[in-house]
Amino acid sequence: MADIAIRAVRKSYGKNPTLHGIDLAFASGEFVVILGPSGCGKSTLLRMIAGLEEITSGEIAINGKVVNRLEPRERGCAMVFQNYALYPHMTVAGNIGYALKVAGVPKAERLRRIEETAKIVGLSDYLDRKPAALSGGQRQRVAMARAIIREPNVFLFDEPLSNLDAKLRVTMRAEIRKLHQRLSATSIFVTHDQVEAMTLADKLVVMNKGVVEQVGQPLDIYHRPASIFVASFIGSPAMNLFDAAVDVDNACLTFGGTKMVIDRALAVRLGARHITVGIRPEQCVVAPEGVSIKVDFIEELGSGRVIHSELNGHPFAATVDEHTRARPGDRVTLELPLAHLHLFDQETGRRIEIDLAPRAARNSASQQTLQAV
Amino acid sequence: MIQRTPFANALTYCVMIFGFLLLIGPFIVIVSGASQTFQQVNAIPFSFMPQDRLLENMGAAWSRAHLGTAMLNSFVMASLVTVGKVALSALTAFAIVFFRTPLKGFFFWMVFITLMLPLEVRVVPTYAVAADLFQPVRLLISAVTGFEVSVDWNLLNSYAGLTLPLIATATGTFLYRQFYLTLPDELAEAARMDGSGAIRFFIDMLLPLSRTNMLALTTIMFVYGWNQYLWPLLMVTDPQYKTTMMSLVALLPSDNGTPDWNVTLAGSLIIMLPPLIVVAVLQRWFVRGLVATEK
Repeated sequence: MADIAIRAVRKSYGKNPTLHGIDLAFASGEFVVILGPSGCGKSTLLRMIAGLEEITSGEIAINGKVVNRLEPRERGCAMVFQNYALYPHMTVAGNIGYALKVAGVPKAERLRRIEETAKIVGLSDYLDRKPAALSGGQRQRVAMARAIIREPNVFLFDEPLSNLDAKLRVTMRAEIRKLHQRLSATSIFVTHDQVEAMTLADKLVVMNKGVVEQVGQPLDIYHRPASIFVASFIGSPAMNLFDAAVDVDNACLTFGGTKMVIDRALAVRLGARHITVGIRPEQCVVAPEGVSIKVDFIEELGSGRVIHSELNGHPFAATVDEHTRARPGDRVTLELPLAHLHLFDQETGRRIEIDLAPRAARNSASQQTLQAV
Repeated sequence: MIQRTPFANALTYCVMIFGFLLLIGPFIVIVSGASQTFQQVNAIPFSFMPQDRLLENMGAAWSRAHLGTAMLNSFVMASLVTVGKVALSALTAFAIVFFRTPLKGFFFWMVFITLMLPLEVRVVPTYAVAADLFQPVRLLISAVTGFEVSVDWNLLNSYAGLTLPLIATATGTFLYRQFYLTLPDELAEAARMDGSGAIRFFIDMLLPLSRTNMLALTTIMFVYGWNQYLWPLLMVTDPQYKTTMMSLVALLPSDNGTPDWNVTLAGSLIIMLPPLIVVAVLQRWFVRGLVATEK
């Protein structure tokens, strides 16, 4: 159990900066997921916590102790690597127990702890095998057992599930979550898979291009993305985004060929500026009035279907339930509820914190004037 | 392979047999000649049939050229050279591959360039150093202080002299480097996370993993060490330290002596045996290590 503080941490390789000042704090026992596209610096950050990568500036503290200058073994972290990095010439038992062997734990105790750990991950029958004779999932378990046996304060996972097939990935995800509940060590999990991120995280960190875009609980981030990047990165299919203009005089938003009347006071608060309006596909509602779109093609999901179309040149997706019948070429009318619109400042890319459908107006939200131009 | 017609097959066999004879021919001459009597070996035409005098001839060769000591010396020398080369190249490559040192590329290429400088090319300076180890120090002292210091220490007539100059090896370093580069970085990182230091990582991970590589190198280097001729010839004047390659000369019939080639051939056969055995025992690993697919 340990809390982690990351303060103004930067990393550059030669002249190329990859992390531009990261500030994060993780509470003890938290399951943190760092999510971002490849090349955003998430793995670098993880490796800096582990001690495998030097910290260019700033500091990282584990349990209140600055660890910048400590060797990996002195930091109390254990790491699970993407390609498992098992020792190919050692048996499963040898792999799991290597850290103890290095630490000079007597053989009898070592064997006892290897067996205990192997039991946790369900590898008791495979202790004499070499990694080459194991399946992907079993190798993954060995890698986890190797981390568990050290009883670390911090677990670090570097995209550990990306080499597994889809089904196994779901199983292992559940196992990692269970394991965390059982050991309750602080865990940091790096991934580019938003489903993994949403399902595992207590706290989600979204990174892009070496900066932290947003930190929060997964649902918070889903409902209130702090920037255009987060809005487009989280959620599947991705949020529909449109360039929009605020017309203060007529109190309306114009985007995607539609005009949407908003509260005059809000329009004044927004001011005449260029913004980006977003709406999630799953929050578009089929309605008698609203935006009319022409269906390009349809993705069946079983529990529903995704209608793909275009709105004023922008790709547009809407998730509808399985009862909505539509064929390519049909026209469908969708309502975009004001309450679910996300507004972003185009200059900064940050969210504009405004509730377009204040509580009083919410009842009449369905009657909001919403006309195709 | 590509085509399997009777004609292609026959041609393939012809080529193979030709190559085989080319390689095995001299060996057949040695074996048959070594087992013949003095008269038989000098008969014209030469008979390729082995006879029954092999052991007698070998005995004669053994005592004439003092092969006992020579074989022992050669064996010690070849073993020391092999062990030294393998150990040194494993460590050099370790330093080059796994440490982020400035100038490491420079050092690697310097080592690599010496591939083009075999011992024969640098034999004179190497001999100068081996014959007078303190020469550079003495020069330095006299240049700085003006005093002539007389320290005499050399490697002539010693195992150290026979082996040390041969131990540096670019081939081995290169072979090891290529092997280390095939290992994923995460392996070293996982070991670091498990608390293992550099030396521990070398012993626990790299040595066991490079076993095939090591045996391949052992094979090459043992044969190389055993076959050394020029260097022992320079370093050794004391018959105590003579190696087999030098005693081959003693086996040659002298200009006006009896041309007993059967004894000479029997002697060569004895001298050939140790590297043959090493290659025969290690050849499986040899091939695997050079192909280096097993990880």
